[in-house]
Amino acid sequence: MTTLTIDGQVFDVAPGTTVLEAALANRIDIPRLCYHPDLVPSGGCRLCLVEVEGRPNPQASCGLKCDEGLVVHTQSDRLTALRRDIIDLFVSDHPLRCAVCDKNGACDLQRYAYQYGISETAYDFELSRPLFQEDNPFFVRDHQYCILCNKCVRVCDEIVGANAIEVAGRGFTSHVATPFDGPMVDSACVFCGSCVQVCPTAALLPTSRLRKGREWELTRQRTICGYCGVGCGVEFATQGQQIIYAQGYRAAPVNGEFLCVKGRFGWDFAQHPDRLTQPLVRRDLLEPRPPTADGRPLATATTPTEETVTSDGQRSSVGGPPSAVRGRPSGPGVRRPSVVGRPSADFVPVSWEQALDIIATKLADTVKTHGSDAVAGLSSARCTNEENYLFQKLFRATIGTNNVDHCARLCHSSSVTGLGMAFGSGAMTNPIRDIRNADCILITGSNTAESHPVISYEVVRATKLGANLVIIDPRRVPLVDHATLFLQPKPGTDIYIFLAMAHVILREGWADTAFIAGRTEGFEAFEYSVREVTPQVAALMSGVPAELIEQAARMYALGQRADAPSADGRPQTADGSQTDNTDYALRNTQSIARGHSTILYAMGITQRSNGTELVLTLANLAMLSGQIGKPSTGVNPLRGQSNVQGACDMGALPNVLPGYQPVTDAAKRQAVAQAWDLADLPAQPGITVVEMMHAVLAGKVKAMYVMGENPMLSDPNLTHVEEALRALDFLVVQDIFMSETAQLAHVVLPAASYLEKDGTFTNTERRVQMVAPVLPAPGQSLPDWQIVGQVGEKLEAKLGHAAEKAAAWRYTSTTAIMDEIARVTPSYGGIHHHRLSGEGLTWPCPTDDHPGTPILHTAKFTRGLGKFHAVPVNLPAEQPDADFPLILTTGRILYHYHTGTMTRRSEGLNWRESRGYAEVHPYDAEQAGLRDGGPALVTSRRGQVRTQVRVTDRVPQGTIFLSFHWKEAPANVLTQDFKLDPLAKIPEYKVCAVRIESPKAAAQGKQAAGAVEA
Amino acid sequence: MAEHILLHHRDIPGLDQMDVYEKDGGWATYKRAVTEMTPQAVVDVVKAAGLRGRGGAGFPTGVKWGFLPKDVFPRYMVVNADESEPGTFKDREIMEGNPHLFLEGTAISTYAIQSNVAYIYIRGEYLSTARILQQAIDEAYAKGYLGKNLFGTQYSLDMYIHLGAGAYICGEETALLNSLEGLRGQPRLKPPFPAAVGLYSKPTIINNVETLANVRPIVERGAEWYKTLGTEKSPGVKIFCLSGNIKRPGNYELPLGTPIRYLIEELGGGTYDGTAVKAILPAGASAPMIPASAMDTRMDYEAMVTAGSTLGSASFIILGEHDSVPAAALKMVRFFKHESCGKCTPCREGTYWAQKVLERINDGTGVVPDVELVETIANQIAGKCFCPLGEFATSPMIYTIKHFRSEFEAQVQGSRPRRNWREAVPQRLEPTLAMREL
Repeated sequence: MTTLTIDGQVFDVAPGTTVLEAALANRIDIPRLCYHPDLVPSGGCRLCLVEVEGRPNPQASCGLKCDEGLVVHTQSDRLTALRRDIIDLFVSDHPLRCAVCDKNGACDLQRYAYQYGISETAYDFELSRPLFQEDNPFFVRDHQYCILCNKCVRVCDEIVGANAIEVAGRGFTSHVATPFDGPMVDSACVFCGSCVQVCPTAALLPTSRLRKGREWELTRQRTICGYCGVGCGVEFATQGQQIIYAQGYRAAPVNGEFLCVKGRFGWDFAQHPDRLTQPLVRRDLLEPRPPTADGRPLATATTPTEETVTSDGQRSSVGGPPSAVRGRPSGPGVRRPSVVGRPSADFVPVSWEQALDIIATKLADTVKTHGSDAVAGLSSARCTNEENYLFQKLFRATIGTNNVDHCARLCHSSSVTGLGMAFGSGAMTNPIRDIRNADCILITGSNTAESHPVISYEVVRATKLGANLVIIDPRRVPLVDHATLFLQPKPGTDIYIFLAMAHVILREGWADTAFIAGRTEGFEAFEYSVREVTPQVAALMSGVPAELIEQAARMYALGQRADAPSADGRPQTADGSQTDNTDYALRNTQSIARGHSTILYAMGITQRSNGTELVLTLANLAMLSGQIGKPSTGVNPLRGQSNVQGACDMGALPNVLPGYQPVTDAAKRQAVAQAWDLADLPAQPGITVVEMMHAVLAGKVKAMYVMGENPMLSDPNLTHVEEALRALDFLVVQDIFMSETAQLAHVVLPAASYLEKDGTFTNTERRVQMVAPVLPAPGQSLPDWQIVGQVGEKLEAKLGHAAEKAAAWRYTSTTAIMDEIARVTPSYGGIHHHRLSGEGLTWPCPTDDHPGTPILHTAKFTRGLGKFHAVPVNLPAEQPDADFPLILTTGRILYHYHTGTMTRRSEGLNWRESRGYAEVHPYDAEQAGLRDGGPALVTSRRGQVRTQVRVTDRVPQGTIFLSFHWKEAPANVLTQDFKLDPLAKIPEYKVCAVRIESPKAAAQGKQAAGAVEA
Repeated sequence: MAEHILLHHRDIPGLDQMDVYEKDGGWATYKRAVTEMTPQAVVDVVKAAGLRGRGGAGFPTGVKWGFLPKDVFPRYMVVNADESEPGTFKDREIMEGNPHLFLEGTAISTYAIQSNVAYIYIRGEYLSTARILQQAIDEAYAKGYLGKNLFGTQYSLDMYIHLGAGAYICGEETALLNSLEGLRGQPRLKPPFPAAVGLYSKPTIINNVETLANVRPIVERGAEWYKTLGTEKSPGVKIFCLSGNIKRPGNYELPLGTPIRYLIEELGGGTYDGTAVKAILPAGASAPMIPASAMDTRMDYEAMVTAGSTLGSASFIILGEHDSVPAAALKMVRFFKHESCGKCTPCREGTYWAQKVLERINDGTGVVPDVELVETIANQIAGKCFCPLGEFATSPMIYTIKHFRSEFEAQVQGSRPRRNWREAVPQRLEPTLAMREL
């Protein structure tokens, strides 16, 4: 500790603390304009000057490290005069139009001008920088108000890593600019708005905020973002029933102040006119019509040409004729689903009473006629824990089936399975905030900067602090710009790289032998399994140079930093070259302290037909290097949706009850049954998402209840999905919009969005956080927990169960539901709403006084010993061939989320990226005669999609990339569902064989084929 | 002076050629240092000679080299050849006329600090100079003075030239490092000082061209010889750049401690227009102006401070009896305003307003309080700036008025300020680069 004196008070501070930090931590206010606690001090504003005894000149406290015995004065006549001078100079170039300024009351300059009594300037010249830029729908830039504190520039560089802006010009003509002063959209800007967040004046303002009320007139509500699984805290400023703007807040445990474009600007979907506001029932359900020739009454209900006409006669903003060529390329019986945003004329609004009655009757009938297992349900990773809990309880307790699953099946089921097998617990082992302190970060199969932007900020921060970043990905994802090593394997061959890394770690003696001996089992079989996978073999198979694999293995296993001080390069001995010496030194590694390495991965690993094996391989690497169970280490699956972790935790999975208690474990099952006042629960694991579709067509499942999911875009082989959903006797969809799936439903129930209800979300790092309503739910829409509760109540009655059973469904609040969850879920045993007000709690949290468990497996693994698995090499199920020579890989883009139901109704997000596109390597584009921006047809064995070409080297040659957000170009028409991961049942979204051609060439090809036939 | 040390090319024609330079004993000292001396021995000689930095601050060079943290490698040698101070042209003559002396000094110094790389950051306007220097470097590579495993030892040395892009601020050492790294040329927060965390976050020594040109003579002839020149605290010779209202402007190599009067009257031949000297700017625009009464001050680091100024880069600009001090003040302030990097508030805003007010004073539309306003602005800037350049900018505001207030007052008293000067005087706002309404 360092001792210093500030204004006569003596403080002990940690070494390296700056005087400003020490003062602020002890509630001594020093004026400052360019300081931000998360940024490297700039020292440019000169306002934080303090006097230090023994030094003649005042010093900027933001850059002044606390030295032992430093005596600092923050207030003196001299300093006041100095600060007045500086503020005067700021004001000299800043319009004091506070009365009409949107930042009035929240402006730092205004605050200091007030404090130091500066009301006007001595310089009555014309003001400079008369520039107002409004070139994007998210924020405006008004350079007149800019005080050049550089915080926006620094946050863009140091936190976000986008480097979209920099100060251009010099001296007085400096201004914050994009490259060549072009529009924001042409820069590297990711529109996260972090610059807006840190701007001390009105130079950067959210567009939605302009002229919408003064700061003190707005109501503020903190909640958790409902997009990806990072679980960022967002503060919404509202006036009346309108959101004015959203921002981050420092106390948010995951993200601090920083958000991504979706979290900060993507909330306007909630007030979109397309929102469902009343229960709808298909007309022919109320007035039965004679079935058509093919015996399917529903198939005629929609036609491909149906226009999207709303009640006010306008075309829906996201509707329009489908541009995709759906279904099989040719052949009879191809149906095209309608692509509409709002209820069509086929639906009739009904009362809640009537809708619930129909649902209860239909479901009860199905159960009675076909048995409980003829009903299946899809729960939602975007609904709260409470809602997911009720949904699976509805299926298990009331209907009596385990046929409940949700989209985690399609994203991280292989993580849950694989990490469960290796460690005993299938979730992120370490908190997100740990990442910034890691020495080496290995990211594989994750486009972190686009899918989990706020986690990528942590990665960027770590690299700025000197960490090594190793990226293994077939695509050149944006974070590669910050990486030390980029290994670009051919899609599907990454397994070789992981095995070869293990091989190198063993060969070089970098393994953590003590950890392996004390904490793990199954090592011998694993060691044997990698003995022949040398880096050379891996290089041959994956196309990644062996040398890179060896370097990656060293960095990861030893947790090496990029900025590690080296004693090499001494001129007299070694000619300045470091590599020889370093290599030599590292072979005797046992004496060298091992740094902290962490693995981040996402769907590039899991959405594979050998996803579980890949996850096991990563777990092997972590155990081999002892990089688990400590801060800033671990194996961390980044989860995709706001509450996908929670939905799994709540047992919205066919094989486990809440808290991952297997349905096959009689004791645990009966304990839950008892809590639910039942003798027992179904013991047979239910069917998974993809299996449900197969089961429907096989006639085993007759009715489905879908809560907040959209399998009509998200599931593989959509043609097949559509066939299945149309074949159902009864389909209930509960959603906030008329999704593609809802279009096929018999009953559509309007639900409240995450902005309109309370409850809890569990984020990807297992942190349970409170969600609070920001807006009232529109129309008659209700929170999902209330809807499920009412369905449960009605259904119990229709099934003829005891009256108490129905009464038990009358939950008064989400708090009560959470208390019930705590009773039946051991890992949530101590989690109650009243404990979640601050930073939330991280499960496992078994008792009411348990502080939560941010890091898993610290002393021992959840399953006892960590288990090494000998993993065989399996390649993707579908390999390119002569007909389908390219590999298609799918994923997400920054501006859209999942099936686009929300983001495509957000004005700004849709403005930034309004059409789907295929990323094609320049070579492949040339081969196929495609031009950038031109149309293309992508065809697989299962279907065809028409989309736009984006020629880019982000994808390697031989691979094309499609995102799956677009109903007009649904990538999942192409993906395969025939080979699932045998354990996790996850489909292989990441690899399938396709061909790409220009529509013209395709037409000519067809003609030519026709000519030959003729 | 019988023989030039730094400007030796004036004594020997063709010294910029490798063969001539070698014949004069060139590059031999470097070879001797690498093959026979330890790096520490070289540092010790330079330290003993008391060589002080010629860039302006006058910090002892050997002491600076001693600040390098032990055992942290690689280290870098960076040469500050960004000679941008108004009226300064000494480095240019060394690099153009006697490039090998400079390069040999750089090579010896780089060896002394145990670095394998020297970067020469030269101002972009010195393109022709850079070409001459590059040719000299190429010759040195060809002769085996630079490159790998020199003279059969394990020592290797590479030299690179990097051209600046026309910013005065890049003469400030940390801004120079930023520019060299490809970043925006703005100063860095100190500490850490470059000796600890410099180029690419590695220990770095930054020396001026003239400083390094002194190193070969010192190592060749010894510290004792060097100390016979100059004064006790400011040993050695220094190149004085003489310009302004003077008959014989140019570079003059003199021992430190020579009186100003000798430089101006004996060597410079007095003012060009024959009038009496009115004022002297001893270090370009950066140092306080001194009146002619200080002519007998000795030109060394200490005496100049006593006289109320600094020696700085020793570029003496002379003003004669008829030269307008307010005009000179405006010219200098305009320079600083143009060169302000914009990082810190006082310099960015203050120099702009000072220029505006001085323009008003000079074009006859000023008002009496304007003179005080300039002083106020100077005080608003002084003591708050991020780097020394902001502080330098106040010199032409404060000391011109301090010594010649009457000239400023005459300028505003004779004027008839318009009632609404804002309308009368066209506001020449700087065109903001490529700004456009979108």
